[in-house]
Amino acid sequence: MSAVNATELRAESAAKLKKRRNPERAREERAFWMFISPWVIGFILFSGGPILASLVLSFADYNVIDPPKFIGLGNFSGLFDDRLFYKSLSVTAYYVVLVVPFTMISSLLLAVLLNQKVRGQPLFRTLYYTPSIISGVAVAYLWSWLLNPEFGVVNSLLGQWFGIRGPGWFTDAHLVIPSMVLMQLTAIGGTMVIFLASLQSLPSDLYESAAMDGASRMRQFFRITVPLISPVILFNSIIGIISSFQAFTQSYVITKGGPDWNSYFYVYYLFDTAFFHFRMGYASALAWVMFVIVFLLTLLSLVLSRKLVYYEYDSRG
Amino acid sequence: MFRSVRVSYGELGAAGKFFVYAILLLGLLLFAFPLYWMIITSLKELGDVHRMPMSWIPNPFKWDNYSQIFDDVPLLTYVWNTVIYVAITVFAVAISSALVAYAFARLKARGSGVLFAIVLGTMMIPPQVTLIPQYLLFNQFNWIDSYLPLVVPAFGGSAFIIFLLRQFFLGISKDLDEAVKIDGGGYATTFFRIILPLSIPALATAAILEFMYRWNDLIGPLIYLSTGDKYPLSLGLSNFTAAYAATPWNLLMAASMVAVIPPLLLFFFAQKYFIQGIVITGSKG
Repeated sequence: MSAVNATELRAESAAKLKKRRNPERAREERAFWMFISPWVIGFILFSGGPILASLVLSFADYNVIDPPKFIGLGNFSGLFDDRLFYKSLSVTAYYVVLVVPFTMISSLLLAVLLNQKVRGQPLFRTLYYTPSIISGVAVAYLWSWLLNPEFGVVNSLLGQWFGIRGPGWFTDAHLVIPSMVLMQLTAIGGTMVIFLASLQSLPSDLYESAAMDGASRMRQFFRITVPLISPVILFNSIIGIISSFQAFTQSYVITKGGPDWNSYFYVYYLFDTAFFHFRMGYASALAWVMFVIVFLLTLLSLVLSRKLVYYEYDSRG
Repeated sequence: MFRSVRVSYGELGAAGKFFVYAILLLGLLLFAFPLYWMIITSLKELGDVHRMPMSWIPNPFKWDNYSQIFDDVPLLTYVWNTVIYVAITVFAVAISSALVAYAFARLKARGSGVLFAIVLGTMMIPPQVTLIPQYLLFNQFNWIDSYLPLVVPAFGGSAFIIFLLRQFFLGISKDLDEAVKIDGGGYATTFFRIILPLSIPALATAAILEFMYRWNDLIGPLIYLSTGDKYPLSLGLSNFTAAYAATPWNLLMAASMVAVIPPLLLFFFAQKYFIQGIVITGSKG
């Protein structure tokens, strides 16, 4: 009798507890949905919905005025015969191939220098970082002025100091992309800061024992520093690939894609296709091809990095 | 602005120190030069700009350039448009992202893990993919040639900033949440009274990231705005030379200075948050 009572009692109190906990959990769940509702609405209207719509559009011919006409894989097969598609893709690839290693090497070297204990080091760090604050249209104009063939300071100095007739940096078909890479020199501050943060977290005992074994600084750099921060180099490179694939402003402001399409970046072509020629379906196909390329490049860097990146040391650990 | 120095290489010798010093100083000349050249060009008169050999210091200083650019193009309108636009979007992104980040950091609900994965997933999709359907949608709403297509989506928050703030909120002790609960306060009280005040540094970092993006963005305004007096500074500046027959480099540099001074000032007053933003971007992304 008493045993039955005890069981009943226990069941009853468990039910009570459950009842008590449930409204609270339901309240918490309601609150969760209320708090994330801005994102949910934004996602449906401005990203999730558009992603699906973009996929559908990429199989259609649509000029905004007439109703969309479905043409199957027409847009994608059209890309194969599109010379501007190849041109803009190769211009962008050329830029990415030059700018990513350029940025990685120069910002890593700068970070190593700024990691040395010299007087005024914090001030040096601030001053080196400052130029990367300014970006966009103003910086494009600034470089277009610095590298102006006639009156630009770079060509003037080349003439004055070395007697060299400077090239038309942005007007020469072969130089326009390297010039845009050069522009990025003063913009390496952000990448430099990330490298600097990772250099500061390296264990000093490794360097001490390497120095005791008589390893030169150069050897220490390549044998200790580079392997230990290789995950950071990989991360910065992937971000670099993704962001330099988006290049647009410098070309729009300085060269309008010229000379002779030689700085006509992929995103510039996509922009013209969509908002100048109003070929929305074709532009959507261009966007998806871009997504696939960037995605594959990221995947490729991750696979390659298995062999090259050293993960054993965790800077946070 | 940076964490205190830790020597990881062992001390350099006197010769090594001198070498590093020399390279740093030389490099600094190279890095500071473009900005220096921008400033002095903006203060030269046109004859001085084209003089050969060029002058390192304006002769004479032509401060009038800065009043002339405001007469030649509606620069003040551009600045004003930009200030309003940036203020609204930075506020919208910060507050919406904070609300969403709070839910992901603190509140338990079925499916929250999946939803958070979707938030992260949207960061992988290039903006060009969603650009066209967004344009078509806003075209349906008759929002083209207004700021609505640029401002309204900001109220949905930004995936990256949601991620950044969530990481920060996770580090705030839950004891205070409990205290609010015992006092009978709800989740909104916790959010506004506890989480937000304790997150000022993270919110400042988020606001600065968003400010820099909005201040400089060209392609968004270029797509949606077509009437001249609606332009923000980035777009107005990209059209600047249209007002002249030949490029007046001194005036162009003066107008560019107007666009770069606010971010530079912000940097000098809030260096810490800039660096924090970059380091968080770098280490947790």
